[in-house]
Amino acid sequence: MLLTITYTGKNTADLGYLLHKNPYRPQTFELNHGKAYVFYPEVSDERTTVALLLDIDPVDLARGKAGLKSGGLFDYVNDRPYVSSSLMSTAISKVFGTAMTGRADEHQALSDSPLDLTASIAMLPCRSEQNMLNRIFEPLGYQVSYETFVSDERFPGWGESKYVNLTIKGNVRLRDLLKHIYVLIPVFDRQKHYWIGEDEVEKLLRNGRDWLSSHPEKAYIADRYLKHLRPLVNMASSGLATADLDAGGVVLTSEAAEETREKKPNLNARRLESVVAALKDCGVRSIIDIGCGDGGLLNLLIKERQFTRMSGVDVSPAALQRASERLRLDHAGDSLLERVKLFQGSLTYKDSRFEGYDAACVIEVIEHLDILRLAAFERVLFEYAKPAVIVMTTPNQEYNAKYQNLHDGDLRHIDHRFEWTRAEFRKWAAETAKKSGYAVQFSEIGDADETLGAPTQMGVFTRCV
Amino acid sequence: MRIEIPEIAVVALIGASGSGKSTFAKAHFKPTEVLSSDYFRALISDDENNQKVTSEAFDTLYYVANKRLESGLMTVIDATNVQKEARASVLNLAKEQDCHAVVIVLDIPEEICRERNEKRPGRNFDGRVISRQTRQLRQSIKSLRREGFRYVFVLTSEEEATNAEIVRMPLWNNKRNETGPFDIIGDIHGCYDELVELLSKLGYAVNADNFTAKPPERRKAVFLGDFCDRGPKNVEVLRLVMNMVCAGDAWCVAGNHDAKLLKNLKGASVQLTHGLDKTVEQLAAESEEFVTSVRNFLDGLISHYVFDDGKLVVAHAGLREKYQGRGSGRVRDFCLYGDTTGEIDEYGLPVRLSWADDYRGQARVVYGHTPVPEVQTVNNTVCIDTGCVFGGRLTSYRYPEKEIVQVDAKHEYCVPVRPVLDKPIEPDDLLNIDDVLGQQFLNTRLRHSIKISAESSAAALEIMSRFAADPHWLIYLPPTMSPCETSKVPEYLEYPTEAFDYYKTRGIGKAVCEHKHMGSRAVIVLCKNADIAAKRFGVDDGSSGILYTRTGRHFFDDVQTETAILARLQKVLTASRFWDDFNTGWVCLDTELMPWSAKAQKLLEEQYAPVGRAGRSGLALAVDAIERAAKTLDGKSVDAETRPGQKTDLIELLERYKKRQETLSLYTDAYRRYCWSVEKLEDYRIAPFHILATEGGTWCSENHIWHMETIAKYMAGIDPIFMPTNHLLVDLLDENSVAAGIRWWEALTISGGEGMVVKPYDFIATKGADLLQPAIKCRGREYLRIIYGPEYTLGGNMERLKQRSLSKKRNLALNEFALSMESLERFVRGEPLFRVHECVFGLLALESEPVDPRL
Repeated sequence: MLLTITYTGKNTADLGYLLHKNPYRPQTFELNHGKAYVFYPEVSDERTTVALLLDIDPVDLARGKAGLKSGGLFDYVNDRPYVSSSLMSTAISKVFGTAMTGRADEHQALSDSPLDLTASIAMLPCRSEQNMLNRIFEPLGYQVSYETFVSDERFPGWGESKYVNLTIKGNVRLRDLLKHIYVLIPVFDRQKHYWIGEDEVEKLLRNGRDWLSSHPEKAYIADRYLKHLRPLVNMASSGLATADLDAGGVVLTSEAAEETREKKPNLNARRLESVVAALKDCGVRSIIDIGCGDGGLLNLLIKERQFTRMSGVDVSPAALQRASERLRLDHAGDSLLERVKLFQGSLTYKDSRFEGYDAACVIEVIEHLDILRLAAFERVLFEYAKPAVIVMTTPNQEYNAKYQNLHDGDLRHIDHRFEWTRAEFRKWAAETAKKSGYAVQFSEIGDADETLGAPTQMGVFTRCV
Repeated sequence: MRIEIPEIAVVALIGASGSGKSTFAKAHFKPTEVLSSDYFRALISDDENNQKVTSEAFDTLYYVANKRLESGLMTVIDATNVQKEARASVLNLAKEQDCHAVVIVLDIPEEICRERNEKRPGRNFDGRVISRQTRQLRQSIKSLRREGFRYVFVLTSEEEATNAEIVRMPLWNNKRNETGPFDIIGDIHGCYDELVELLSKLGYAVNADNFTAKPPERRKAVFLGDFCDRGPKNVEVLRLVMNMVCAGDAWCVAGNHDAKLLKNLKGASVQLTHGLDKTVEQLAAESEEFVTSVRNFLDGLISHYVFDDGKLVVAHAGLREKYQGRGSGRVRDFCLYGDTTGEIDEYGLPVRLSWADDYRGQARVVYGHTPVPEVQTVNNTVCIDTGCVFGGRLTSYRYPEKEIVQVDAKHEYCVPVRPVLDKPIEPDDLLNIDDVLGQQFLNTRLRHSIKISAESSAAALEIMSRFAADPHWLIYLPPTMSPCETSKVPEYLEYPTEAFDYYKTRGIGKAVCEHKHMGSRAVIVLCKNADIAAKRFGVDDGSSGILYTRTGRHFFDDVQTETAILARLQKVLTASRFWDDFNTGWVCLDTELMPWSAKAQKLLEEQYAPVGRAGRSGLALAVDAIERAAKTLDGKSVDAETRPGQKTDLIELLERYKKRQETLSLYTDAYRRYCWSVEKLEDYRIAPFHILATEGGTWCSENHIWHMETIAKYMAGIDPIFMPTNHLLVDLLDENSVAAGIRWWEALTISGGEGMVVKPYDFIATKGADLLQPAIKCRGREYLRIIYGPEYTLGGNMERLKQRSLSKKRNLALNEFALSMESLERFVRGEPLFRVHECVFGLLALESEPVDPRL
């Protein structure tokens, strides 16, 4: 919404020359979704402040020009008109473009020198932990201070808002200050960016080249800057020598999100390995993965030649789409297509398509069901689909004590409806097995704690007749 | 020659090339009934004589034939069919489709065939081909019956072929013209005394000694088979049943025991088990003449009947939809023995699958065979074998009245091999994916067929599976509601005039305005106790009710709050004698639950409050900066140099930003008004506004004033949680009344109220055949800030926002309303879960269709 830059020293009104904006001439500039104004709240020899004020048209923004997805309920009730977001960056490059290049004609010497500058960025949406403000700006030579706000003073229980008024102060060249702000505003804001086009990558490269490569948080910065600009990430990675650009743009899947809490990046991999091993041990050939998600397990199964036929089922069409992309089914030849199928299905609806497989995998799925719906699921799987083998995994609730970021009673994932202790899972599994003519064996996956067990528990059910 | 063939059949024409098959087919069948191999050759190769594609042509032909027969359509296969292998395919097709196979042979002299062939362009067969075909044909004729064709007709000359008359005969089981009324009687097993008593009770004039019974006017008896075995008076039962059938007073289908007795009477060796020994022993004392008549009677019994234009099917052991009205060994076996897996259970009896659980047919199927302690209705099937011979009851099902008439067994004549369950078998109502996935068309009383697209179904499946409560509880989802047309008054987006006009112009005289509570929609289904929940809803987790959102989710994440609120409502309804006055054990209510923050907490914290915070603080800083700049500039402006587009008047700008600041404060007031913190149960408010249904019926035939007043009488004023809704009756034809309605709305909204809902006086309103919107919302100017943004009233915003289209929303609202009423009606009629669920699911699917969410 508002950016002010204050120059203190002597003849500070010269700031106008560096910015190519006359202190006594307020100006208006057209932007994609509104206007920007430039004016000077104070002008004196010792101290001059310029303000860049945005006037974002909320209706225009919501109705979406040029390629923006619209239609969400909250497009009209939107913080964008009031915050300093990527729209501010766009305005900086439009209004202060020349200043960012450093060209100042007869004041070139001033432009090339570091000055005592203070920038205030109003209402910066800061989704990152706030110490990131220091970690990002201090290495660039700024003193950092910021003001925070409660979300609604009438309802203190709603906590702090994500907005800060950020002030950075340093002895820097004006052009560098502008570049830093230009690149770093979107890094803190996790909302979608209202810019489009490949030139933004080019701008990042241009404006970041001098200072970004030596910044200790460069990976974080590049990653966040290009977040939600998935196709652009690859373009940038060839231009910027930053690590692991990939990680940022990926939408967190439930598995991945869970992983972040489980803090064991390899737990999912180990879990899937254990499942594949269990399936091999049973000598099954056809497999149905119920709740296949993004196809992580299927991707391992197709590599094993003894598995001749497999299907992935998920209730989410979006997950199936991701699985299809992961397995590259769009480009697959006939033989792969005959071997692998994906279809939408639900754990609580009887489904003849679930029948006819040697084994069913239900990996980290049951905990996503309301516990009262388990009865329907049992019947769908154990009574109707009834494959010879069922491999099931679910979190071991006891192990949650080992996760420091989980408080008492917290579940590992926001969509988990329950998590079972080993005793609870075993009791349920044994009863279900008995009722439906299966035998069940248990094992644990992941590094086991002596008393708490391993993070994941597995049951392998085999049909008795 | 008169050729009588069954109305559903696959007819193979047999004849050498040139024998005139196609001409014959054309003369006697509809063009679409005839599938000619030549035609299919042409379809896939552009050449009807192309022999290379024969195999593919037949694949295609049989594919089409299968589809036709699935729909019960006569199908003629016009190919030479002179070889046994070709005919085997025809027989297979008939078997697969459970219909009869007919052959019509055109045994035309070889010279004529040859002559014709020579005249046909493009067909230069070697003469030997026709000779060979003729030879093969002649050889075949004798063996056709042996191959399995029940109907064989041979035409030996062109004349005969031309003069033949094809007559389509109804199948024996087709009694669609018989509309009843019927008294359908379950398995008798020699319980003659009980049969006599039952018939008397049904009003038949019975002469027990003469073995006759005369039905009351127009009625007929229908016996479901299993007359004999196990019971004491098998011969007597046979006499009475045979007499009634003979007199035309009864219909009768075969049971498995009858089939076995018939085998015995025909001299085959069968084990005298399961009570057959008794029957055989009793028959031994009878005259040979009688035994012969019994044999003939049993031999003539058919497997099932389709009555009353296909609305009623009777069979001894029930019948799947696809077998109804068909004839094959498989159909007969199903009718006699039911759906068996071939396995034998621990009592040595075949394991029966419960076909009824999967039954989705339109026809009501009444059957016996499986003894059950109580008449068992599952989906559209009724089992009425209540095990009389095992000491249960002999049951009659009166059609179309759906009444059950029973007499108790006088003795336990036989101890069942398999224990008859002492409690009713739980019908298996596990939902089937086929009932919901893919494109669906739902028939509703109010709006006929409503289409649900495959994409919408897919979206709904995810919501339903991941978030919704147990489908047993979900008997209703609230339909979406359209706002009124956009107002012509400049500073209003919505204003009551348009809402009133909607109804007035459609011939509605009275409207009811209801205060729109700003909370969250909550549907309450509540039973008097958990027993009723288990019995009526099939929910056996010990709960006695539910409070759910408009998408079928439990309203509260914690069970305690839900249970506590429901318990308090139970108390209220008990105190107000609601249960007694409505003669019901359960109720379904449409309500609004407040505060809004109870459900929308996340939305408030993540959306509304931040926008307000950013707006208030951000604009304050902006105003301050502009003010200072204006002061700095005072008199020193160098405006003259500025290009016109960039010219900026800071004073004007300041005014504008101050106005913006004001709207942000109004916006913040708006959302805050609907928030209060909930610390105890008493902090919640629930305002019921529709009594949707209770046992036996929906209350949608009552007008909205009745709903308001009945709710006030039975649910409000007892417990502070449950409150009535302010409302106003408006006479749309009286200007003063309409003006009062507008004033009422203004008073509600000026203080920030959400607004009102305008409903036609009658719950279901129509104009001619068209269903009208069941409700139209008219929202307040301040409230709309939280929908259209804090600044929607400023500058050019309102003009732009007024351009909105309601037609899609309105159509959606009508479709959803029709579905919501349909699901309730189906539930109160006692229809199976899948029938209720498909409407609820369909409504959820419609909700996933893209419509402007601000409407």
